[in-house]
Amino acid sequence: MVQKLDYLKETPSQTAGPYVHIGLAPGAAGFDIYRQELGRDIAGPNAKGERIRVEGIVIDGTGNPVKDVLIETWQANAEGVYAHPESAGEVEEGFRGWGRVITDFETGEWGFDTVKPGPVKARKPLGTGPLHKPAHAGDDWLGRGDAEQGDMAPHINLWIVARGINIGLNTRLYFDDEAEANAKDPVLNLIEWHNRRPTLIAKRSERDGKVVYRFDIRLQGEGETVFFDI
Amino acid sequence: MSQAEFYQRDRERHPAALTPDYKTSVMRSPRAALISLQQSVSEITGPVFGHNDIDPIDNDLIHNYAKDGESAIGERIILHGRVLDENGRPVPNTLVEAWQANAGGRYRHKKDSYLAPIDPNFGGCGRTMTDENGFYFFRTVKPGAYPWRNWVNNWRPAHIHFSLFGTSFSQRLITQCYFEGDPLIAKCPIVKTIPTQDGIDSLIAALDMNATVPLDSIAYKFDIVLRGRRSTLFENRLEGN
Ligand SMILES: [Fe+2]
Repeated sequence: MVQKLDYLKETPSQTAGPYVHIGLAPGAAGFDIYRQELGRDIAGPNAKGERIRVEGIVIDGTGNPVKDVLIETWQANAEGVYAHPESAGEVEEGFRGWGRVITDFETGEWGFDTVKPGPVKARKPLGTGPLHKPAHAGDDWLGRGDAEQGDMAPHINLWIVARGINIGLNTRLYFDDEAEANAKDPVLNLIEWHNRRPTLIAKRSERDGKVVYRFDIRLQGEGETVFFDI
Repeated sequence: MSQAEFYQRDRERHPAALTPDYKTSVMRSPRAALISLQQSVSEITGPVFGHNDIDPIDNDLIHNYAKDGESAIGERIILHGRVLDENGRPVPNTLVEAWQANAGGRYRHKKDSYLAPIDPNFGGCGRTMTDENGFYFFRTVKPGAYPWRNWVNNWRPAHIHFSLFGTSFSQRLITQCYFEGDPLIAKCPIVKTIPTQDGIDSLIAALDMNATVPLDSIAYKFDIVLRGRRSTLFENRLEGN
């Protein structure tokens, strides 16, 4: 026998179920209860940078839209700063960078308005390993103890829950007009299969003078979106 | 300013994505392996909420949708507990959201057509912030069991859905709270997505007679554990470069 480690264990996840809207977006469930629902305004009125809209659909393994999904978004502002005390810098008054996105129950289409985030400074390395990147290491060099990495390309972090999803799925949305930054992004480069990387890249277009990015998420099968264990 | 990572998620304790006895998971589960990330600033940060975001009545589901002077129908309960991290430290000032069916097992949702009636005085959702010691509570009615299509005849045990944030996006968690003594727990395919009995037990709120309010409400205690963070013991060394 050995001594007991007295850590607690994380509470197990359970599916958000079909009625997640009641708790997290009651207006969508069909009733008003709170003074304000959270996560409706991601960037706020004062955020600088380019105003964009992101739209998409979540598709299941049969090729059909998932109509009861809920997505949360988490992003930095145009300067690459998160509204959090551990992100160096300041954000604009009213910028939270977090949103809750629900689908049209008939079509499964979703969309949200925000500002395009800036590149995000990589975190300082942890551990006691080498402080400088060894000469032989490639772009996908991302081990513990590694040296400071370059900036991450602009991205929005997404968390997807729904009936049938037992534990929330984490992914990232990158932008197709950031090809140069994407090519150097340490997370995209971590994906060994180059042909899976485009599943994380939203496609830019313009509609009625507004910038719209398209980002479809495939839960399963051909063209399956890359999901992360964070 | 701390920059330490959170402990890796123990995937052996969480449900797998694909759990065929919970049929909806079959076509909604990724087939490829998750790609493991070393946490960056994007993962160690997350939304911060304050008391301006919510109202004091929001944690009282008996009254937060009821007409003046009226209240929800059902067995009155207090559901209380603490939000802790894996190091056993309280998680203060974090948003806790909850939603549930009414005492008859019916949800107030466009998509719920179960024949049990809507309670006009019950919305079915609440939210609160933990205090400086990680404590939270809700006042509500005990939800009813309800039938659902999985096998021909499945019934969900009485449960309340919980949503938690912690301090970082990597701690984000949705789970469900069950109630001590419910015989439906052991029969539920959603409960049984959890691979360990210990994990299942950790989702069952205990009857807490000490916290009941005599002649008013019975009480259950439900503690929640979020991912812990690497010890500050090593913080100086780790950051000292
Ligand atoms: Fe439920």
